Amino acid sequence: MSPVSTTNSRAIYDALKASGIRLLSALPETWLVHLIRLAEDDPEMILVRLAKEEEGVGLSAGAHLAGVKSAMLMQNHGFLASINGIVSCAQLYHIPLLMLITYRGEFGERDPWQTEGGGVTEDLLRALRIPFSCLDRPDHVARRIAKAQTLALAANKPVALLLCRDLMWDEA
Amino acid sequence: MTRLDALGAVYARLEDRVVVTIMGAVAVELQSLGHRPNFFYLQHAMGLASSMGLGIALSRPERQVIVLDGDGSVLMNLGGLTTLARCRPRNLVHVVFDNESLLSVGGFPTATATGSDLARIAAAAGVPRTSTVATLDAFTRAFDEALAANDLTTLVAKVEAVGPSGYVTDLSLLENRFQFQRALRS
Repeated sequence: MSPVSTTNSRAIYDALKASGIRLLSALPETWLVHLIRLAEDDPEMILVRLAKEEEGVGLSAGAHLAGVKSAMLMQNHGFLASINGIVSCAQLYHIPLLMLITYRGEFGERDPWQTEGGGVTEDLLRALRIPFSCLDRPDHVARRIAKAQTLALAANKPVALLLCRDLMWDEA
Repeated sequence: MTRLDALGAVYARLEDRVVVTIMGAVAVELQSLGHRPNFFYLQHAMGLASSMGLGIALSRPERQVIVLDGDGSVLMNLGGLTTLARCRPRNLVHVVFDNESLLSVGGFPTATATGSDLARIAAAAGVPRTSTVATLDAFTRAFDEALAANDLTTLVAKVEAVGPSGYVTDLSLLENRFQFQRALRS
């Protein structure tokens, strides 16, 4: 059994559905396995598997202009790889973007290769003036996702939710 | 063939379809032929025009979407061709104007100038219909076939490395964006 939390992944997925999300772009990462499988099994959800996360910015921009609510599932290193798209597509054109970013490299990280990206994630979000919140408790999931979506649509700009270890991982 | 001639030859077919272009000469030249609310010009984010077109095509399967791309932009997002192929939206026609150069920044050659073949790359990525054309007649015919085919097509049009004298038009980016959104949702 993977220690990735099925219960909390389900809570996140349900919150996305409750927010009207009909298109998800994703690039697999360990913490996202359950979320991606839930999307795979959901006939109401359009799941777009990406080669690189920045494509998801274009996909979400197209979906938004066409009237479909979408979200991006990615690791924080995928967020790093998406920054030009975020700035010169989503921010330049005032596109709401709901980004769910797994926050690898924070306290408890065992993989040495994740640690550098973990150390710059929040600073980069601040530098880009992207409103963000950490999701680290199950009882926050539904309301914070709904509120993030509300702000993204009201402001016409990207917002981020950092999916933290305490939420996504069942082991200490 | 010039890109402007190619755009002129198919302009009438673009009028009622959703069109997404890249920045630079394609955007300026299409606007010179006549802007329409259903035309969107992605004036940066190189590589993402095809991703935007895919997002629209998946969201609105009843609309036919035309992406007007370029060699420099496609080369920045080659992986996007694999994503297009995986999703295989049957309502998307992906035109790549290949002038083998980055024209707007001084005309430096791209990799297609030294043999990289974007239609074959698209085919190898899994795009079901691909071709390369080098004359206006062949382009017009291949474009019409793509519209009629009802399947994902990447059509590479070899064009001369000539373009407009300037790249800024009087259509503001946000005006274009909100107008396009209304046109798409109407």
